[in-house]
Amino acid sequence: MTTQNDTLHNDSLLRFMTCGSVDDGKSTLIGRLLFDSKTILADTLTQMSRTSEKRGLSAVDLSLLTDGLQAEREQGITIDVAYRYFSTGTRKYIIADAPGHEQYTRNMVTAASTANLAIILIDARRGVLTQTRRHSYLAHLVGIQHIVVAVNKMDLVNYDQASYDKICADYLAFAKEIGLAQARDIRFIPMSALAGDMLVDRLGNMNWYQGETLLEILEKAPAAHTETKEAFRFPVQFVCRPHASADADLHDYRGFMGRIESGEIAIGDAVTVLPNGYQSKVKAIHLGETELKTAKTEQSITLLLEDEIDTSRGDMIVKSSEVQEPVKQIDAYVCWLSETPLSLARTYVIRHTTRESKAKVAAIHYKVDVNTLEQQASSDLKMNDIARISFKLAQPLMVDSYSVNRATGAFIVIDESTNNTVGAGMIT
Amino acid sequence: MTTQTSNNQALSHLDWLESEAIYILREVAGQCSNPVLLFSGGKDSLCILRLAEKAFRPGRFPFPLMHIDTGHNYQEVIDFRDQRAAELGERLIVRSVEDSMKRGTVVLKSADESRNKHQSVTLLEAIEEFGFDCCIGGARRDEEKARAKERIMSFRDEFGQWDPKNQRPELWNLYNARSHKGENIRAFPISNWTEMDVWQYIEREKLTLPSIYFAHQRDVVMRGGSIVPVNVPLVSGELANPVKAGEEIINMQVRFRTVGDISCTAPVPSDADSIEKIVLETATSTITERGATRLDDQTSDASMEQRKKEGYF
Repeated sequence: MTTQNDTLHNDSLLRFMTCGSVDDGKSTLIGRLLFDSKTILADTLTQMSRTSEKRGLSAVDLSLLTDGLQAEREQGITIDVAYRYFSTGTRKYIIADAPGHEQYTRNMVTAASTANLAIILIDARRGVLTQTRRHSYLAHLVGIQHIVVAVNKMDLVNYDQASYDKICADYLAFAKEIGLAQARDIRFIPMSALAGDMLVDRLGNMNWYQGETLLEILEKAPAAHTETKEAFRFPVQFVCRPHASADADLHDYRGFMGRIESGEIAIGDAVTVLPNGYQSKVKAIHLGETELKTAKTEQSITLLLEDEIDTSRGDMIVKSSEVQEPVKQIDAYVCWLSETPLSLARTYVIRHTTRESKAKVAAIHYKVDVNTLEQQASSDLKMNDIARISFKLAQPLMVDSYSVNRATGAFIVIDESTNNTVGAGMIT
Repeated sequence: MTTQTSNNQALSHLDWLESEAIYILREVAGQCSNPVLLFSGGKDSLCILRLAEKAFRPGRFPFPLMHIDTGHNYQEVIDFRDQRAAELGERLIVRSVEDSMKRGTVVLKSADESRNKHQSVTLLEAIEEFGFDCCIGGARRDEEKARAKERIMSFRDEFGQWDPKNQRPELWNLYNARSHKGENIRAFPISNWTEMDVWQYIEREKLTLPSIYFAHQRDVVMRGGSIVPVNVPLVSGELANPVKAGEEIINMQVRFRTVGDISCTAPVPSDADSIEKIVLETATSTITERGATRLDDQTSDASMEQRKKEGYF
């Protein structure tokens, strides 16, 4: 067995999302970040300038970089979450670019599900709008820890500080009202994505702003799982039993493979396998050919236990000091993703970590209007609706509250007749 | 913002990408009943083989390897493909576009037409022959615009078609690889990798690659602004890309950034003869991987999207 020799610089990764509509300059912002970080290469730029010319534009339209599909180009809108990449040398970034329109609530929830930071764009001429409230609520609901409110198009208000200050104050008042300001880290930044001011460079138009540029904020933003201590959660994905192998040493090998969703584990730790509650101790931890003494969040490893325990995909290994009680009813915020509305009569499949259970709706408590944040009594759930729902489960699930653990607090709802993913749930 | 606590250090980006890819491979193994790993001998699929080792050893891979051979591949790559499969002791299935041509399911418009897009037909035939419910591939979202919205687990209907407006939402890491009989999932474990990540991973894991990835002397001509390798000997004894009248053969030092069908993969001028030098060259490159090397994507802004709808990988 070799030890891991990481010869490369130990840079981390940040996943973030952008919220805003086409009018807010979201695509321009992303295009600008990629352009200024030298991610856009010559041939792409040539193609963009050709397309810009074809549309009769005088300068290269950086937003062309991010509208991907032919269908979308024809309509001039973005209808699906797109993923973009850039790297600064110290950090790799994955951007989830979600369309901002109301009917795409599901896309925003999708993009937010893997993000640890959200950039919420506000047009400096328009200030805090209904969509700003919607984006902020959704970012909050889906558990994004860091919010950057980017007041864009400052060039169109003559880089006026008073306009900026008013928007910040309006936003903060609203953020307090919905509990966002108390629970999350919120930053404000004035910018002009079109001019490229305050993204990577300071162009000197807003010397009254002494805070960090957007890229500086991104470079310093904590990566997921680094800010709080979390319980060890290891859903078993696959069991490795190479007993038919020619190697006699492997006849009794039984490796539990999976990704550590949260927390840390060390050789010798006492563990419990749920839902059955079998107890054992960690005998070895493998990552490929490498033997580890400890392993941490987001590592895909193989766990070997001291005792022979009957464990399969869908079970969860936890530390014996941090056992959660398996449950057969869950209460959650659910975003409906499908064009076919939720049916109270039907049985769905819920996938939670690597485990599945049949499920039926026990009650729809209320629907949330994503624009006014009002709770409304409701007996149905349509695409892009968000509601608080209770499900009855056929099989027990090992859950945590989503606000404590995004991996073990999340689930998807699957319609078995189409196999489509029709709902996204966050356990309260 | 709060500062990071030292006992909770995040993984390096390469460790994170590796872990995510291993997780995706294990999800395929856990959710699908008869998956297959598409393996061409190219650099992306070599990374996936390494990831599969990390995901499943000391067990065997829970899927065979399969190559759809256009018959117009570089001999070095085919030899390398066979050697690598043998070293791993895993089963390799090869299905060829030429067999589809014999069956009449692939008809070329002209003898020198690129066979790249016809791989779709042979792939669908192989999926049906073996009853595969999932194909694991090495596509990356950074390769091309149409791929930026591709799912990690991408659903294809009975005709192998990708419908960009009818893809399953993909949230958290809760991948849905379910399919009914006849339908198919394409799984992309290195979706979130860039070309640079791939080269860094190859360097870190000390992976060996087919020789044509490194700088070498080769006869080429300049055709339509691209460097086109000419008179390439094929397994059949024929020569691919014969030189056309009036073209001047140049012996140039080149390397390939991607390898695929000879008729549509162009090399770039390079003196990078080691992985370290390639990483450096990639970091300073001014042209995208596909822009420099894929002759078939230059037709129109939407050509990749079109081919994907028709079942292309």
